[in-house]
Amino acid sequence: MEFIQNVLGVFPSLIRAIPVVAQLAIGAMALALSLGLLVALARLSQNWILRTIATVFVEILRGTPLLVQLVYIYFVLPVIGIQLDPISAGIIGLGLNYAAYLSEVYRTSILAVDSGQTEAALSLGYTPTKALWRIVIPQSFKIALGPIGNYFIAMVKDTALTSVIAVSEILKTANTVNAQTFQTVEIYTAAALLYLALSLPLSRLVIVLERKARARA
Amino acid sequence: MPNPVISIQDVYKSFEIGEKPTLWQRMIGRKDTRRTLEVLKGVDLDVSPGEVVAVIGSSGSGKSTLLRCINKLEVIDSGRILVNDHLVGYRERNGALAPESARETARKRTDIGMVFQHFNLFMNKTAVENVMAPLLDVKKLSKATARSLAEPALALVGLQDRMANYPSRLSGGQKQRVAIARAMAMEPSVLLFDEPTSALDPELVGEVLAVIKKIALTGTTMMIVTHEMQFAREIADRIVVMDGGLIVEQGAPESVFGNPRHSKTRALLRRSGLLATPETEALSVVDDDIEDET
Repeated sequence: MEFIQNVLGVFPSLIRAIPVVAQLAIGAMALALSLGLLVALARLSQNWILRTIATVFVEILRGTPLLVQLVYIYFVLPVIGIQLDPISAGIIGLGLNYAAYLSEVYRTSILAVDSGQTEAALSLGYTPTKALWRIVIPQSFKIALGPIGNYFIAMVKDTALTSVIAVSEILKTANTVNAQTFQTVEIYTAAALLYLALSLPLSRLVIVLERKARARA
Repeated sequence: MPNPVISIQDVYKSFEIGEKPTLWQRMIGRKDTRRTLEVLKGVDLDVSPGEVVAVIGSSGSGKSTLLRCINKLEVIDSGRILVNDHLVGYRERNGALAPESARETARKRTDIGMVFQHFNLFMNKTAVENVMAPLLDVKKLSKATARSLAEPALALVGLQDRMANYPSRLSGGQKQRVAIARAMAMEPSVLLFDEPTSALDPELVGEVLAVIKKIALTGTTMMIVTHEMQFAREIADRIVVMDGGLIVEQGAPESVFGNPRHSKTRALLRRSGLLATPETEALSVVDDDIEDET
């Protein structure tokens, strides 16, 4: 009982990290969602230069650890004169990494939309570009919604990695409190529970959104 | 004689079957196994204003491909197709065909309506939104104007009380009627039907054919690829029989159905039960599988 009380006791010191996590996750997700779509379109493009650039981008970002990418952005880029504050570096690192994964979600979702939809649009006088944006992409979002939700939940948890580049998120805050109080078991239990408390409602939200999207068709 | 709405002149079309091996596959010794399949082997056909032409033929005869070449959903190898005296999707340069801009092709396609075998309604839009979509996106009409055109179009096909339904909440016959309304609302000068009833349950075929018939009576120029022989006979001014990528017979319905000259036409009619035959094979009805054609 005393343990539970102690865990609850350290929560307030961690709560102040939540706005930082929110900032990271929302900023990085916005970047990943928009850049991911551009990368997906580049990979589906007729232009081989665009296609190659996009493929190289995806392979590099999927082929190296996110932790290494974050360290690289925060510690190596300053050598060539690009100095970023920890939160910006975190948003860019997480955003680029997830853009690579989301581009694949978008690409497969776009390809999953029946080609008859495009043919009907073309026959009605849509240009190929307009057919893609007005008819195909809106439908592909519905297919992509579930996987995107999963990646968002994963990203919320991956914000913990930014502790190594000095972002005061949950884990970094827990480290700091631990160094002062030595309540190691309580503080890290509280940190783990806090991540759980963030991701459980999100996964419920994803289910609800998916159900809503399905109902509208 | 007025200029034809559609003029198909000596059109050839082939498909490449199989994929080109990648550099890596060639390095490990994979051979290029691509084959060329000739689908159209020199087709000529003119469709006059107001004429209803039904194209019949067994699966793989090239009739759907021919239809899809008219609005450049398929690219032709040689020959030319004119719709209202214009090439669709190509420009003529030194006697050869070169692709034109996507925008130009799109503009010409607004004048060619098409109805597909699998309806191809926009799945994320209601019936009325399906009809409105091209009016808004392509014709750039206001929402109010688009609606004022879409609602009568749906009423014409008998769906005034299904306007707010998503395609998933419509029967096959209803979906096809929405698709017809969507094509009609663009006021094209010609309507192409690509096996409009082949994907329907038998009991839903009638309602779609009735709508097509109603439109035909308004004097709309139509080209219909169909397996419904009886329907073709009733609705068409001219029957065109295709086999092996060529037109093998054509003429008024009464002459093609009443006195078929080509053996393929006779075989086709026999299988549909429209031709009595002394041969015993006619007694065992050969099931004419209606398959998707590429």
